[in-house]
Amino acid sequence: MGMTISEKILAAHAGVDKVVPGEIINAKLDIVLSNDVTAPVAIKEFEKLGIEKVFDRKKIALVPDHFTPNKDIASAEQCKTVREFARKHEIKHYWDTGRVGIEHCLLPEQGVVLPGDLIIGADSHTCTYGALGAFATGVGSTDCAAGMATGEAWFRVPETLKFVFHGTKFQPYVGGKDLILYIIGKIGVDGARYKAMEFTGNGIKALSMDNRLTMCNMAIEAGGKAGIIEPDEITLEYVKARAKRDYKVYQSDPDAIYEKVYEFDTEDIPLQIAFPHLPENTKSVDEARGIKIDQVVIGSCTNGRLEDLEITAKILKGKKIHPNIRCLIFPGTQDILLEAMNRGWIQTMIEAGAAVSTPTCGPCLGGHMGILAKGERSLSTTNRNFVGRMGHPESEVYLCNPAVAAASAICGQIVHPREVVDNG
Amino acid sequence: MGKAWKFGHDIDTDVIIPARYLNRFEPEHLAAHCMEDADATFAANVKPGDMMIGGKNFGCGSSREHAPLAIKAAGVKAVIAESYARIFYRNALNIGMPILECPEAVKGIESGDEIEVDLQNSTIQNVSKGTSFQATPFPPFMQELIKAGGLVPYVKEKRKNA
Repeated sequence: MGMTISEKILAAHAGVDKVVPGEIINAKLDIVLSNDVTAPVAIKEFEKLGIEKVFDRKKIALVPDHFTPNKDIASAEQCKTVREFARKHEIKHYWDTGRVGIEHCLLPEQGVVLPGDLIIGADSHTCTYGALGAFATGVGSTDCAAGMATGEAWFRVPETLKFVFHGTKFQPYVGGKDLILYIIGKIGVDGARYKAMEFTGNGIKALSMDNRLTMCNMAIEAGGKAGIIEPDEITLEYVKARAKRDYKVYQSDPDAIYEKVYEFDTEDIPLQIAFPHLPENTKSVDEARGIKIDQVVIGSCTNGRLEDLEITAKILKGKKIHPNIRCLIFPGTQDILLEAMNRGWIQTMIEAGAAVSTPTCGPCLGGHMGILAKGERSLSTTNRNFVGRMGHPESEVYLCNPAVAAASAICGQIVHPREVVDNG
Repeated sequence: MGKAWKFGHDIDTDVIIPARYLNRFEPEHLAAHCMEDADATFAANVKPGDMMIGGKNFGCGSSREHAPLAIKAAGVKAVIAESYARIFYRNALNIGMPILECPEAVKGIESGDEIEVDLQNSTIQNVSKGTSFQATPFPPFMQELIKAGGLVPYVKEKRKNA
């Protein structure tokens, strides 16, 4: 009886030949991640352990991205705590304002996370790194503290759900965001609770890394412990330019046991919109047509990568943001921002009337830079549309991909991108 | 014994403690804003020993440990829900915030009922209605964690004995 890629990574890091779902194991970690919201709590817990040194200064990543550049004195104090800890322990993977990016865009880009890794992060979207063929999962600050101290964490080996995408043809503008929203719409926000979600099939192999990272990013929105994609040529090409240490490629055995297999045809999947207040409330973009919006947010750890900015710039090129819309664009990292500048995309965005920001998580979680007032509505490429997520508890967030967001910013209401591109 | 505060399904971490308050992490600060976007009266009126009741997938969303910390700091003795999101479940155990999984109890409890819980035996009593329920017991490893008082004392102990 074979193992899934998730089981193989967990077994290897636990130092055993085989693991089975339900088993509780202790495993060695390759990377322990935390941000400016979760690290201060983790540092406090770490200090309670009375340990002088972290387990390995090269295996810890501290990314102050949520309330940075610091939005107020309290967040500045939190970031200072993280900065001082990083300096004291000579943490290798630490970046500060001007160099920092949104953690889940930054870590893959900088080659910090690699195929075959076992990663915990005190951020629920740590599951993003599954796109590289790593087993990566979100934890809280206390787990992070114990991880920084010992280099280990306990895991319950999850059952795996397999999502097979047949076909390599997609409807126009459909990308990773639509595939994952479609899945969440089918199985619900707890449909993969405690499970690993393995995405596979020709449809996945046809996706770029940026699109795969988007898909795995939102595994948590179905309750998943991890989202994971077996490395292929596209993965290895992406990693080759970035890896500064060894890594290992794991693949699921043909006779691996899955709890459930879901099969989809890529051609059947239209552009998706998740209605308030859960990512599972998905409809096709045509069903959402005409919904008036006040703000459009393009960016975040879900859709702030280069391809997301490329499609945004393509759609905005030569057009104007609707006068009733505030369109905010958040590149994922400084490198992405710089590349977008070099390619002229930032100029296009600004000429269209969009506000372009330094990388920050700010608006995605209602932190800063784009908070909604009572009764306001945002269309956003971020990952969550919970009550009060982007501001006032009586505001609303709709989720979509960057093409839909950019086209809707021009029209002042939710539209299919073809309305802007074909008629433009 | 404490009063039940009942909420619905998919109570997410943004509702438990909105991100706009995460620029600080003192327990009393978090407690003052606990559940604010679902019930603005909760933080002011919850009494030490009260219980929070949730539907399925309680604690979904963010990994923020601030969520169980806020509930604990608000004085809530235990959360009883139909099911929990994974990270919240783990975080609650790690910080020693008692949580019980029992769909039958959730169905049999209304807001305002007087509830008694026996954490050792995972039993729940609805004193107001005269009913009792058996929650899912914790697996042995979790019991060990709880016995140690959470993950930090557990790790401390393990290191001492290593």
